[in-house]
Amino acid sequence: MLDSAISIFTAGRNMARIFEGLGVTLKISMISVLLSVLLGVPSGLLMSSKIRFCRLFFKLYLEFIRIMPILVLLFLFYYSLSSVFSINLPAMAVAILVFTLWGTAEMADLVRGAVTSLPKHQWESSRAIGLTEPQLNIYVIVPQAIRRLLPGVINLTTRMIKTTPFVFFINIPDLVKVAQQIVEVTGMKNLLASVWVYGLIFFIYFAICYPISLFSHYLEKVWQD
Amino acid sequence: MSPNDQVILKITDLKKRFDQTDVLNGISLDVRQGEVTVIIGPSGCGKSTLLRCLNGLEPINSGQIELNGQLLTAPGTDWSTVRQKIGMVFQNYELFPHLNVINNILLGPMKVQKRPRAEALAEAESWLDRVGLKDRALSYPRQLSGGQKQRVAIVRALCMAPEIMLFDEVTASLDPEMVREVLDVMLNLAKGGLTMLIVTHEMAFAKAVADRIIFMDDGLIVEQANPEDFFNHPESERAQRFLNIFQFGRVHRDKN
Ligand SMILES: Nc1ncnc2c1ncn2[C@@H]1O[C@H](COP(=O)(O)OP(=O)(O)O)[C@@H](O)[C@H]1O
Ligand SMILES: [Mg+2]
Repeated sequence: MLDSAISIFTAGRNMARIFEGLGVTLKISMISVLLSVLLGVPSGLLMSSKIRFCRLFFKLYLEFIRIMPILVLLFLFYYSLSSVFSINLPAMAVAILVFTLWGTAEMADLVRGAVTSLPKHQWESSRAIGLTEPQLNIYVIVPQAIRRLLPGVINLTTRMIKTTPFVFFINIPDLVKVAQQIVEVTGMKNLLASVWVYGLIFFIYFAICYPISLFSHYLEKVWQD
Repeated sequence: MSPNDQVILKITDLKKRFDQTDVLNGISLDVRQGEVTVIIGPSGCGKSTLLRCLNGLEPINSGQIELNGQLLTAPGTDWSTVRQKIGMVFQNYELFPHLNVINNILLGPMKVQKRPRAEALAEAESWLDRVGLKDRALSYPRQLSGGQKQRVAIVRALCMAPEIMLFDEVTASLDPEMVREVLDVMLNLAKGGLTMLIVTHEMAFAKAVADRIIFMDDGLIVEQANPEDFFNHPESERAQRFLNIFQFGRVHRDKN
């Protein structure tokens, strides 16, 4: 029985292709998470700002992104842009763009939640002992905001990793797509192919996401306040 | 220690408005070195706002505040420096939840005053000992009771070596059995000669600790007197009415 597994994973470039697929998955999700955090922090601060226009703009943006299925966004940017405006973005760029649009909206909302959930007294108590505004942010506000933000960021990361398989609808061979192709080719002769290949995929996702979620639980425990 | 004659805080015709509402309508008050001044008055009369104006947490509309002859209401006042000299403790004991007790206390002395850790630590520990919390130095705020948190908040303000301390209803959010431990700390500070401006609804405490009672209503000082005179023979009708709230007559029940 083990022979059937060995024969699949040693045949041709199968193993190499699985790792390439994994590379695609990680590339899209990691770049998108990074961009989402970078863009989401200032957006979130604007969302919690006193300027009404900013709050309204980001609220509309967030609602729009949340209502749209990711797949629709992918199709919109991949097919519709090219047919209407003859803008031809490479599939990889579309994937990162769409995931970043989504991630930025979610991240902005997390930042808004973290900042507005801090009691006003934290600012006042800090000022009352003479801390200057930069000191108050460095020693009091930011450490507490990060603590509140981190579980959400980690949750967003794992959600993004799990959502990347959608990119195969715009012809990007991610981990799941590669697996499917291997099963299609070897499945005729090898009845257990789907078990072995998807089993490996399951294990890979688990090996990536579980440590991330463990890390998050660990930080929550250390930081609970 | 009895107050000497040196005025350290001088408030002149202070006015403060929120939107369209006048909250302080011209407060004038001198606080002398070593004096314990207790401010009482009905809820919403502007007591908290007055204290918050004194250390710049609220901007004022007109009037003057002088600390040791320095005009705080002049433009360009460095509030960070001023607030080191005017300590404040709030009703809602807001310690920094991500720092333990000792780091809550040391933040100001080390980051603002740039004092060496060892020296600031020694002082902080001696204050903690005096308020009965020596063994809680490494606890986090969430592990403390309300009364303990409030005592830490007092120590945190004291370790900045302020020249005057403002207390805004520091026992108002506490369970009754914890009120005493906090008031005892304040009584001891008064005995030690600290200059204090206290807002409280604890009348027995006010009577015991005050050199002078200030009665406020509608953003004005209506009456000021020494505690015996004020509590036994309040002059203004508004003060009499206010004090009556704290009295209960014997209930006479109809028996039939
Ligand atoms: N930030 C604020 N914005 C608008 N009104 C305020 C604000 N803070 C206090 N007030 C109003 O000012 C008045 C005095 O409040 P405060 O100084 O807290 O009274 P006290 O401490 O005597 O109970 C109240 O009517 C209150 O509603
Ligand atoms: Mg008040």
